[in-house]
Amino acid sequence: MMATTFFSRPTGPTGAQKPAQPAPWVEKYRPKKMDDISSQEEAVAVLKRTMESANLPHLLFYGPPGSGKTSTILALARELYGPELIKTRVLELNASDERGIDIIRMKVKDFARVTVSQSVSGYPCPPYKIIILDEADSMTTDAQSALRRTMETYSKITRFCLVCNYVSRIIEPLASRCAKFRFKPLDDVSVRSRLQLICETEGVNCPAETIETLARLSEGDMRRSIMLLQSAHRLYRTDVITSDAICEIAGVVPTQMIETLMAAWQSKDFHRIEAAVGEAVRDGYSGAQLLSQLHDRFISDPHLTSAQKAKIAQSLGHADKCLTDGADEHLQLLNLMVAAF
Amino acid sequence: MSLWVDKYRPKGLDKLDYHKGLTTQLRRLASSGDFPHLLVYGPSGAGKKTRIVAVLRELYGPGVEKLKIDLRQFVTPSNRKLEINIVSSNYHLELTPSDVGQYDRIVIQDLIKEIAQTQQVDASAKRHFKVVVINEADSLSRDAQSALRRTMEKYMNNMRVILCCQSTSKIIAPIRSRCLLVRVAAPNADEITDVLRKVAKSESLQLPDTFAKRIAEESKGNMRKAVLMLEAARVQQYPFSPSQEPIPTDWEVFIRELAVYILTEQTPGRLAQVRTKLYDLLTHCIPPDVILKTLTFELLQRIDGQLKGTVVGYAAEYEHRLRQGSKAIFHLEAFVARFMSIYKKFLVDLGAM
Repeated sequence: MMATTFFSRPTGPTGAQKPAQPAPWVEKYRPKKMDDISSQEEAVAVLKRTMESANLPHLLFYGPPGSGKTSTILALARELYGPELIKTRVLELNASDERGIDIIRMKVKDFARVTVSQSVSGYPCPPYKIIILDEADSMTTDAQSALRRTMETYSKITRFCLVCNYVSRIIEPLASRCAKFRFKPLDDVSVRSRLQLICETEGVNCPAETIETLARLSEGDMRRSIMLLQSAHRLYRTDVITSDAICEIAGVVPTQMIETLMAAWQSKDFHRIEAAVGEAVRDGYSGAQLLSQLHDRFISDPHLTSAQKAKIAQSLGHADKCLTDGADEHLQLLNLMVAAF
Repeated sequence: MSLWVDKYRPKGLDKLDYHKGLTTQLRRLASSGDFPHLLVYGPSGAGKKTRIVAVLRELYGPGVEKLKIDLRQFVTPSNRKLEINIVSSNYHLELTPSDVGQYDRIVIQDLIKEIAQTQQVDASAKRHFKVVVINEADSLSRDAQSALRRTMEKYMNNMRVILCCQSTSKIIAPIRSRCLLVRVAAPNADEITDVLRKVAKSESLQLPDTFAKRIAEESKGNMRKAVLMLEAARVQQYPFSPSQEPIPTDWEVFIRELAVYILTEQTPGRLAQVRTKLYDLLTHCIPPDVILKTLTFELLQRIDGQLKGTVVGYAAEYEHRLRQGSKAIFHLEAFVARFMSIYKKFLVDLGAM
């Protein structure tokens, strides 16, 4: 298996193997310095202070996807070691690598054991290495337990950084050994300004209204918004990118279809409901997406009473659970629309 | 001689019949040097696979049609041997990881990494990357999907993934955000009629419009089914008469009869007979969820409006249990029993009034 060091990223610090190759914008516009990280002021401020003291605790970053967790630790590592030394000082492991208990025992221990000596001028180069365990919430409990002692034994020369979405899936003994940092979803303003910057650099023809849509759809997930922008750019090249185009790429159900469903629901006529649901299913929209948009629609409907809304929310929850279990979308949607009145 | 479905499957992007807007977008994607990961989704028979093959052809030329089938072996950490069939050409390879059940993660990790780490050798190849097509991506386990996450980003240099699935609900969000979503909606009745007419013309058959429309309706937006029905009708009776009925598949007829059978009498004795019929269907390899769904819609057509809501509710509930349970017949029978009880009560109440 290939050692997953920082170096193997598509656009690592020394560039990809083929410079001419178009890089995904997500990698290209990944913040390179701690100062570039937007809207995580508290976390960045605390981290910077710990950097100055040259004594870093073990770290645990958690927060929703696309909020900049991986970017932060990578930027931190780069500021600590500089682009050259980072290859030998940082080990990055993620869920796509085999990460059972034996890997923790062998690979992590081997890496943790090696002492470090040389330093490069211009960077602090503290006398420890960093092991980044990305997507740590998908590690097995056994593997996590195996880390406990390792973390303590090698704490003189190694710092661990766990990155995860759900802090509740990290076992308590590990969590208590780390300094926790919560990353919040990015606010609209930061997302917008970043997208604006990318549009200008890449020459994307994207009106302000479309950027607004992008920011709204991504719900604070920077990666998603950039991916959507790039996908749209690939599809439309120099043409103007409209909000509708973004909605289509994001797999969002058109408002008109939601309105048809709502109208059918309000009519309480089984045939109309059946026809509307049948059409939605035939058009291939995903059930989960339909549910979440229907939810938004129901909640904001001024004509429904709170009690009705509560009942609907319950049915929605039930339907969502069934869908996650793999139940048939057509039947579940039909049931939801029929049961909710 | 091949079936019409295969014979008239469009080979290239310019031969595709409907969703013109989508075709233009796909062509733009394929013609530029940059190609993203794709997630193609839509109902079955809408033409997802046809579009994927057409895109591959656009990318690499006719070379992608030289296919070979390999049987690959993988060993799990617990020393279990897994075998999986892989269809591949020089430029792409195609696999259905759900064939190996819960061990799909190992296949994904090993195979994709292996491909991702080999460079394209053929110097004359148009692209520097290979394409991995993953079928039935919605049945990939969560582990396998999270194993894909980073691999997809890291090996972007020499590999692209095309995921093909019916619904994106079961694809985890991180994968969705890494792919370009391509929705392939089912064709509408007119589009199906056009295709049927085209097929009939190439086979030099006379196809009455009314009959073509009937087939299009009956197929419910499934192009594959429509073409198959046309061919079946051709075998049954030619020349076509405008009043001819398209032949539904025999299991559909069977379920339709079953629905009528359930509606005529609701007794424990009848239930036992229904069970043998259900077993019949199951032994003919009709998936239980399809049986339940078809049966529900057949029943819905034949019952009173007041009952429909309740029946749909129970159908959804039993279908959900069916997915979670391991023995299909229990849940199918439970549904039938439940339906009989509701229906009988309805009839009795009606009589009492």
